[in-house]
Amino acid sequence: MALLSVENLDAFYGDFQALFGISAAVEPGETVAIIGSNGAGKSTFLKAITGMLGSARAAIRFEGEAIGGLPAPDVMKRGIAMVPEGRKLFPSLSVEENLLIGGYGRTGSGRWSLRTLYELFPILGERRNNPSMSLSGGQQQMVAIGRALMSNPKLLLCDEISLGLAPVVIRDIYAALPAVKAEGTSIVVVEQDIVQAMKVSDRVYCFSEGRMTLSGSPDALSREAIHSAYFGH
Amino acid sequence: MTTLLDVIIQGVLLGGLYALFAAGLSLIFGVMRLVNLAHGDLIVLSAFLIMALVSFLGLPLPLAALVALPVMFAVGYALQASILNRAIGADILPPLLMTFGLSIIIQNGLLEAFSADSRRLSAGDLETASLPLGGGIAIGVMPLMTLATAVLVIVGLNQLFYRTALGRAFRAVSDDPSVAQLMGIDNRKLFAVAMGIALAVAALAGLFLGIRANFDPTIGPARLIFAFEAVIIGGLGSLWGTLAGGIVIGIAQTAGSAINPEWQILAGHLAFLAVLIVRPRGLFPRAAD
Repeated sequence: MALLSVENLDAFYGDFQALFGISAAVEPGETVAIIGSNGAGKSTFLKAITGMLGSARAAIRFEGEAIGGLPAPDVMKRGIAMVPEGRKLFPSLSVEENLLIGGYGRTGSGRWSLRTLYELFPILGERRNNPSMSLSGGQQQMVAIGRALMSNPKLLLCDEISLGLAPVVIRDIYAALPAVKAEGTSIVVVEQDIVQAMKVSDRVYCFSEGRMTLSGSPDALSREAIHSAYFGH
Repeated sequence: MTTLLDVIIQGVLLGGLYALFAAGLSLIFGVMRLVNLAHGDLIVLSAFLIMALVSFLGLPLPLAALVALPVMFAVGYALQASILNRAIGADILPPLLMTFGLSIIIQNGLLEAFSADSRRLSAGDLETASLPLGGGIAIGVMPLMTLATAVLVIVGLNQLFYRTALGRAFRAVSDDPSVAQLMGIDNRKLFAVAMGIALAVAALAGLFLGIRANFDPTIGPARLIFAFEAVIIGGLGSLWGTLAGGIVIGIAQTAGSAINPEWQILAGHLAFLAVLIVRPRGLFPRAAD
């Protein structure tokens, strides 16, 4: 059974339809990349999964249970964690407090704790008591990822984690994903950076203008197919 | 010289009462950006509750106050969970109007139940007890207890905010309610707990208000003004700032009444305006606002 299965998902912002009949699945332990240009509906897709945007109950299933449109806290408590676009750390919390809040009231068991996160990102251990906003962009992204991992999720959603970061920093951030995968955690990365996305993923979905235009394993997809799916023509 | 010292000491003590009025207001604004226009009336409601426990159930005053704390916590939790949460959102106007309506309902409810008569809570000999400091200055035991309670409440709330998981969640929700939900935090439940705590503090404020002066169902809004001024002088969302704000108002009022008894209230408002001119964001503004 797929960990997450999405069937015929429509999503709206008011009267504006942002997603049209999206169907997709994420298997346990699988890393899925969602690529597409700006406004393709990638982030909207994540918003619908997390319950931040309403959808039909049966359109989204997690571990077989229909979760579409449930309030976000109820969804996240089932074992989903999110690294939001733009990192969105809590400015009045220190680095360590940001990590701790990620595990608030959630009892997922697994490898991730303050200690193991400081092993994964040693710089965060050194800066644990600093205000979160005093960190560099890359370090803030590490906090955002660590914060999501603190709940030991079954499914980790990453929204544009490379956005606005230098290439060397992006490499460091992505270098952490294998350790997450090794725990059996499924990962969904939403990316505009196709090369990076193809490198880490077992499966790629391409969105264009709210519709899924391509899916498959990164090895099996040709450059041309991706190009035309990405740009929608 | 002695007069000046006396004015400052009495002003600081009076400031304790205003800080106690304001602490709940500050807490609620800090956590959910809600300006609770009914806060003054909720303090008066607490005073009536304590009075009712004393006169109808025959409880001694300290015990009545102790009973009022959890009762007011429950009232706050229920109020937030059942009514105010419906109005909280990006627009600050609906909750403002809702608390305005609540203020009117509480005042009229109290008028109906207790009439417009002026009441008072009696603390017996404690009311007149005082500690002589020498040089003709004495400090009242009750005002001292009020200030001590205000300081304890603010220390306690700060510990809660900065040392506990619940406090972290309060600050996270205050920073960014939608991202907090992604952390599995149920904002609505958290808001209800915050309102419960604020009204437990209001119960303490009601106790000291009722001992210090006469109260009737309509005095809430006037008390709310002082609380507002204390919160704004201190800087929105800063609890220590709220204590400082209460003390500024207290000293200004005491100084005003030392010059001319009619100037007490005016002096407090003038001090408020003066602070606004010099530091529009208050004495201890939070960096993020």
